[in-house]
Amino acid sequence: MKTRAQYKRYTRSKAGNFFYFFFLTLFGLFSVLPIIYTICTSLKPLEEIMIFPPRFFVTRPTFENYAALPKLLATLRVPLSRYVFNSIFVSVATTILHILIASMAAFVLSKLKFKGCTAIFVLVQFALLYNAYTLAIPQYVIFSKLQIIDTYLVYILPYLPSTLGVFLMKQFIDSSVPDALLEAGRIDGAGFFRIYRQVALPIIRPAWLTLALFAFRDLWSMQPQGTIFSEELKMLPTVLSTISAGGIARSGSAMAATVILLIPPVTVYMVTQGSVMETMGSAGIKE
Amino acid sequence: MKTKLGINRNSEIRTGMLMLSPFLILFFVFTILPIISSVVLSFTSYDMISTPKFTGIGNYIKMFSRDDMFPKVLRNTLLLAVVTGPISYILAFMLAWMINELNRGMRTVLSFLFYAPALSGNVYLIWQVLFSGDSYGYINNAMLTMGLISEPIQWFKSPQYAMAIVMIVQLWMSMGVSFLANVSGLQNVNPELYEAGCIDGVRNRWIELWYITLPSMKSILLFGAVMQIQSCFSIGTLVTALTGFPSVNYSTDTMVTMLMDVGTSRYEMGYAAALSVFLFAMMAVTRVVVGKLLDSVGNQGGRR
Repeated sequence: MKTRAQYKRYTRSKAGNFFYFFFLTLFGLFSVLPIIYTICTSLKPLEEIMIFPPRFFVTRPTFENYAALPKLLATLRVPLSRYVFNSIFVSVATTILHILIASMAAFVLSKLKFKGCTAIFVLVQFALLYNAYTLAIPQYVIFSKLQIIDTYLVYILPYLPSTLGVFLMKQFIDSSVPDALLEAGRIDGAGFFRIYRQVALPIIRPAWLTLALFAFRDLWSMQPQGTIFSEELKMLPTVLSTISAGGIARSGSAMAATVILLIPPVTVYMVTQGSVMETMGSAGIKE
Repeated sequence: MKTKLGINRNSEIRTGMLMLSPFLILFFVFTILPIISSVVLSFTSYDMISTPKFTGIGNYIKMFSRDDMFPKVLRNTLLLAVVTGPISYILAFMLAWMINELNRGMRTVLSFLFYAPALSGNVYLIWQVLFSGDSYGYINNAMLTMGLISEPIQWFKSPQYAMAIVMIVQLWMSMGVSFLANVSGLQNVNPELYEAGCIDGVRNRWIELWYITLPSMKSILLFGAVMQIQSCFSIGTLVTALTGFPSVNYSTDTMVTMLMDVGTSRYEMGYAAALSVFLFAMMAVTRVVVGKLLDSVGNQGGRR
């Protein structure tokens, strides 16, 4: 049996190949510029940050911006560990719950065609388009009616029904979980929930891994406006703002903190996408 | 009710309802209810302090006949959407498709590079430094050194450059959600279809793309399209970060920067709501048209 790679290898001219990789690499390098700039700046000593003409790269790298962080962080009113806990707790818990809720709803909307499914799904798609800014005021009223302002719930609950997740999951289930598989499960006597858990979820793994990345990235950098007042409930981006507020002399340290804060989302990216790349199509499913 | 297979459809529906309800309840409370109130607010005058006063279609009349800023932001919004929307949509698919045939390591590295702007929080910063209006800006600095210009160009303050820069930055940032959805969507295309295509005489990647890859990706393509419509009509924070608010002669301001200004500094929430209802209507129409267009993809030879 031949592999997919052999089927896919169509011929391309040498020049074509060259431009192919040239284009991809150029675009890739251009895209990664802000991260490189952030890292470079975090390694710059103060006189290099202020230098004229400005330089992109660092000439005399130093770790003094990183070394200054512990002293800066020691002045925080709430211990750093509290912010770290909040960030990790909110991001991880919400991501998991979001994937669960979104994938269950999507599976029902995709496979259990009862009255009203189409209407709900149309609503989901169009709600996604509505401008988020204008919704902030009515949402605030709802938060205060539910009395969730200044609690962890104000981070978690509104994010859970994020329509992007249901939409993404539904589209993946539509395209890669054939109805025949559902029938097979039914014949084997599996209940609807079991088919979802044991058949659908493994097949749409690339989708929920990707969704995990989106959700984690959003939540990790979340800085709610006017819904969290207690310093004890704030997350790491607040610490970053506190450092940045120290003016230009602190800008090196702010960059250092930015680099450190980038590590978790980049790690989540590596883990989830590495795993997505591993999945080689939904092999073995015959229609 | 029992089906021919002896499955209790009613019990399946009960389970299904139970699985759907957490989403449905939260969706109604945190999304639908706010949208309904926003639509209702658009027919009122509301300053966030006193109770909303019903004004009928007053806000809409004001928008179309008495607001000098509105025609400008409408023009900018449409221009940005028409230029950046299709280009970033096609780019997000083409790049995902191009890296899909590379080996796993290369694929992971390249998709990381493309996705990097979405990961790093301070994406505008690099552009602000590049195009900074004083002679400290990298581009001004380089052009001064090379003698191309004699004095620094105020990139973000010159209407003739500002819009182009906003477009470039928006395109550069567009490898986000729909790009990664495409990457994983391509992973999920059944490899047997490629094999079958090969046996049926597909001899070139473009034919394979049109008749096999695109039709199997239809639902993901629709997802990408909706996300793209959402983002290209909602360009706002980017504009304010680069060109400030208001931009010179409103040259780059959009519906979103306008409605944020109306809501935040003028406290006219009713008017802001009316603007967002109108913006939504434009996006909804685009969504319907794009849906029709996507239906025709790969139609002559699609599977099933």
